Amino acid sequence: MPRHIIKPDDFTVQELDRIFDIASDIEKNPSKYAHACAGKKLATCFYEPSTRTRLSTEAAMLNLGGSVLGFSEATSSSAAKGETVADTAQVISCFADIMAIRHPKEGAAMVASLNASIPVINCGDGGHQHPTQTLTDLQTIRALKGRLNNFTIGLCGDLKYGRTVHSLIAALSRYEGIRFVFISPEELRVPDYITDMLDAKRIPYQLEERIEGSISTLDILYMTRIQRERFFNEEDYVRLKDFYILDAEKMKQARNDMFVLHPLPRVNEIAVEVDKDPRAAYFRQVQYGVYVRMALILTLLDIQVD
Amino acid sequence: MLNVGKIEEGLVLDHIKAGKSLAIYNHLGLDKLPYPVAIIKNARSNAMGKKDILKMECDPDLINLDVIAFIDPRITVNVIKNGEIVEKKALSLPSEVVNVISCTNPRCITSTEHSLPQIFTLADKKRMIYRCRYCEDRYHDRGDRSWYRK
Repeated sequence: MPRHIIKPDDFTVQELDRIFDIASDIEKNPSKYAHACAGKKLATCFYEPSTRTRLSTEAAMLNLGGSVLGFSEATSSSAAKGETVADTAQVISCFADIMAIRHPKEGAAMVASLNASIPVINCGDGGHQHPTQTLTDLQTIRALKGRLNNFTIGLCGDLKYGRTVHSLIAALSRYEGIRFVFISPEELRVPDYITDMLDAKRIPYQLEERIEGSISTLDILYMTRIQRERFFNEEDYVRLKDFYILDAEKMKQARNDMFVLHPLPRVNEIAVEVDKDPRAAYFRQVQYGVYVRMALILTLLDIQVD
Repeated sequence: MLNVGKIEEGLVLDHIKAGKSLAIYNHLGLDKLPYPVAIIKNARSNAMGKKDILKMECDPDLINLDVIAFIDPRITVNVIKNGEIVEKKALSLPSEVVNVISCTNPRCITSTEHSLPQIFTLADKKRMIYRCRYCEDRYHDRGDRSWYRK
């Protein structure tokens, strides 16, 4: 039976550590891995547009010496003719050694994994799961801070609807000594099921409405975009939007060893002036995303590089 | 006292909440099976005050006990062979129910791919919470178990 990644907790903390170790080794010795997947093919089955995730996954396979085939929108696939995800997964299994799928419907990657005879990577299924982004976030924190335990992370912006944030909280809740600070307007607070889970595990968290209130206590600040349409009315949006824009002035209150992460794309929630601050790590995060996807592909294909 | 005769082979569902036996009958699809069924309503019960009982003369394996457990795990199931109770089955919430309820999340893959089996897994035993296997959306009973609890 092939191994898949449909959600981050499909792998134990120990297994994830192994993937992160491989990713760190790839960062140090990329040439060692340049031909690890020679002769292997990755199929990217993207039923909806995604520039970053698709290119990152394809770059990961190309860096490993493998090749890539696939489609980048549903209209150019058999889905337009009515083919089911289950059938497509079986067909793709005949063409490729591993498949990456993004689909607008929640659970589509799970269906693919139940029918494919090759490993399946979930690259986003609707608003449900996006495990490779979570692995990217964890790898970035681990590389920057040297650990995945005993730190305070602030998550700022739309904490209600952001699947990236929910996945990251769930993944970090498996590590020791994590403290969460949730910075958002009242309307966009983290869902109850998340705080229920944290309460059950006795993991400390605090709710804040402004970045200034807590930025000085943070080891990591994870920014997300607040969409105008998420607000109930225009006045609230106008009143609150600047609270969630990170600028050089707010960064003055942060510690020297705090890092700023963002899943990207950014709109205006991080002022461009912050980019040159050495604590701005969101573009390095993209690079870590490629390393961790390379490590994931090797792990799922069970390829060891000595 | 009402007497209903013994059955030779089949199932007796006991401790059904009073007034709900007909709904259980329908939910199990017994109306579509050609077997004799006795529905006893408002029988005296020391534990419940009043209860309903269903007796069905059929091959016990034909009845999906997971459906009964999903609706109410407090129902007791007596297996009858040669006119005697040979087994009393205490039900527990099934870890998985297949094609009993449907996911109502419009973003779930099952909303567009109708050939997929509807699978729900038990996520929280204490709170009787089931989640769709595909999208993990919580099942909110509308018309399946809510009628039973009233």
